Amino acid sequence: MTAAPLANLPIVEIRDLAVPLPDGGDRRNAVDGVSFSVAEGEIVCVVGESGSGKSITAQAIMGLLPKIFVKPKGAILFEGEDLLKATPARMRSLRGSGIGMIFQEPMTALNPVHTVGAQIDEVLRAHLTLPAQERFARVVKAMEEVGLPDPERMYYSFPHQLSGGQRQRVLIAAALILQPRLLIADEPTTALDVTTQKQILQQIRDLQRSRGMGVLFITHDIGVVAEIADRVVVMKSGRMVETGSVERILTAPEADYTRMLIAAVPTLEAARPAGPVHGPLALSVKDIAKTYTIRSAFGGMREIAALKPTSLTLHRGETIGVIGESGSGKSTLARCITKLIEPSSGEATLTGDGAQKPFRRRMQIVFQDPFRSLNPRRTVGQSIIEGPMNFGTTKAEAWEKARELMALVGLDPAALNRYPHQFSGGQRQRISIARALAMEPEILVADEAVSALDVSVQAQVLKLIDDVQKRFNLAILFITHDLRVAAQICDRLLVMHRGELVEQGSVRAVFSAPSHDYTRRLLDSIPGRRAAA
Amino acid sequence: MLAFLAKRMLAVIPVMAIVAVVVFLLLRLSPGDPALVIAGDNADPEAVQRIRVALGLDQPLVTQFWVWLRHMLSGDLGTSIFSKLPVTDLILQRAEPTLSLALATMVFAIGVAIPLGTIAGATAGSWLDRSLMAVSVVGFSLPAFVLGYCMIYVFALQLGWAPVQGFTSISKGFLPFLHSIALPALTLGLAYMVLIARITRASVLEMMGEDFIRTARAKGVVERLVVTHHALRNAAIPILTIIGIGVALLISGVVVIETVFNIPGIGRLVVDAILKRDYPVIQGVILLFSAVYVLINLAIDVGYAFLDPRVRY
Repeated sequence: MTAAPLANLPIVEIRDLAVPLPDGGDRRNAVDGVSFSVAEGEIVCVVGESGSGKSITAQAIMGLLPKIFVKPKGAILFEGEDLLKATPARMRSLRGSGIGMIFQEPMTALNPVHTVGAQIDEVLRAHLTLPAQERFARVVKAMEEVGLPDPERMYYSFPHQLSGGQRQRVLIAAALILQPRLLIADEPTTALDVTTQKQILQQIRDLQRSRGMGVLFITHDIGVVAEIADRVVVMKSGRMVETGSVERILTAPEADYTRMLIAAVPTLEAARPAGPVHGPLALSVKDIAKTYTIRSAFGGMREIAALKPTSLTLHRGETIGVIGESGSGKSTLARCITKLIEPSSGEATLTGDGAQKPFRRRMQIVFQDPFRSLNPRRTVGQSIIEGPMNFGTTKAEAWEKARELMALVGLDPAALNRYPHQFSGGQRQRISIARALAMEPEILVADEAVSALDVSVQAQVLKLIDDVQKRFNLAILFITHDLRVAAQICDRLLVMHRGELVEQGSVRAVFSAPSHDYTRRLLDSIPGRRAAA
Repeated sequence: MLAFLAKRMLAVIPVMAIVAVVVFLLLRLSPGDPALVIAGDNADPEAVQRIRVALGLDQPLVTQFWVWLRHMLSGDLGTSIFSKLPVTDLILQRAEPTLSLALATMVFAIGVAIPLGTIAGATAGSWLDRSLMAVSVVGFSLPAFVLGYCMIYVFALQLGWAPVQGFTSISKGFLPFLHSIALPALTLGLAYMVLIARITRASVLEMMGEDFIRTARAKGVVERLVVTHHALRNAAIPILTIIGIGVALLISGVVVIETVFNIPGIGRLVVDAILKRDYPVIQGVILLFSAVYVLINLAIDVGYAFLDPRVRY
């Protein structure tokens, strides 16, 4: 950036934007009275929880609002031109050339049947008329710029052959190949591993600096805000709560909501004492391992070790956190222990007094996605009583128990007759916990149980898990990719990397003196450390 | 890829072998003795026995099967009991009308169904979509022979646009050929067309909600290409699958339509053969139809791998 005064020219200016909701919505406008601008060379973060209207705002700028929304009111000035008055053809010509956009899910945002090169090339074909060789050269150069290795070869790769981080780089290359003045990034790192997230954030910042473009960055993660933002817009329920420089917002927030958002971000401080838990032994896992055999067309075999031999012990009242990134084997470990898949070798033994009880009554699981782990066609009551009834509890008894559990997880027992879609994500996860507890298990396995939730809701669900653990003296195996969450609830941590247990110890020990190189990298990648320091 | 192809081709062999055994047994074990039929009502038992020996029907079943299989493998489908002509010749004589009918039907059905289904899927909920789906219910629930006679009544008898029945060979000119094949192809193809259109609509509609559609729009791709290049291209696998499954529909339809429109094709051949218990002809035709079905679905399996790079066997 050479010309400092230019930095103040707004590229996009949103004035009093309102996006009306169709009749019957929970409020009149999905977005209401939103005004902010993004200037050349700055990164503006719009931060808020789900339902805050942050993504709707971004889609309104792109002219890509889902059809259910009526035409927005107000004005969106892109370099002086009101986009809300632009024709569809004009909007199309701006998308990809004047404004680039990247999305949350790099897994699904790319078309699986076309090569990644062709998908970047598509931007050139949509906006310019260039000979094929020149387009190829430009695509390769764009791929190089975003740090994709061996671009001339990778041009012909298909999305499924790339890692999540590489896919996101492909999307960035496509969004930026025509040097747009504005980049809209809608939660671009949320689906990525924390170490990958760090690299992608770095990449976006580098490109933004070198090109002087404006970036509108949408995120729910205050940590990411601290990493990347120049200015921040905080949104809640479709309205702006406050706006200001990143330093001001993080250090001296004015609105209660902003303070709550910041406070809800779990810190890396271990919440539990470092000493061992003295409950009776609940689970003993000995050298459990899982290998998959891949048969090639000619009958050759290749073995892939998803989980190398791993041992652990878990006591009543204790929470063990299993942390690691995608492909680390943490979910495989959980599935082997819960007997959802058959381990190739080794075994998990339940110990303690309930030896005559069936396995599924002793160990229960809470899954990651509360939107999909409850059967949408059964009432939550039916889902909760199904398990106990399978094991011979009478319907009346099971129903009575379900009412108690609903109250226990903080929901109205009368809501048992409702269907899952009538609940929010946090409420559904409470229901999932109630469903697991209905079996009166000794061991609870939580597989990324709070990962899909907003931070404020996440904090509440973590507290609930903590409460039920004390109440029922549960042994908990807590699988997560989020070290900050693990710090809140775990006694001990196991760090998994490429199918191997690389480090274990108390939360305090692992965080303050990580012994394995990978653990150090993991800790170093946590967003927001720059601001916290 | 080559390994996959070879493997898929090899897999055809056991399938066809099972078909051969079933075809052979089905007819041998079904009631009715062809020797009796040939000999006529007043034949004496000795004459019947002589015919049996001549046809090899006195041999044990296994021997009969081996003899039959050896002939099949050398391309000899046997000789018709009645016309005394080789079955291969009989089929070849009748191949043109049936092949023409099947091809014309597929071209019509696929050519109409995919564009219509795609438009309906991309504009789901529009009047066009709704009327298409309404028509499709009618098209699918109307039996081919009813539809056939209705078509003949309207287009041949009332409007005089097409001949009432019969088939004109392509060797007599393309237009007269098309003229004679249009009504039967339309009749046979309607249900097939509707089936493909519905699957196309459903698959395209599903794809239109995918994230990569949003990405394509964000890149500034024109809507027409968003629909074809992204949505339809990803919907290709279910569409192709239904085209393959629909071939069975087509084969059974050919038999009916050839009777309704009096087309001298393989369908008619097999109907006549069944009525006369002409075993070699029935076997030959069933084997041929099975082979066609298996080969088309083999081609479709291979097509998957070309359409979707994630499909690797």
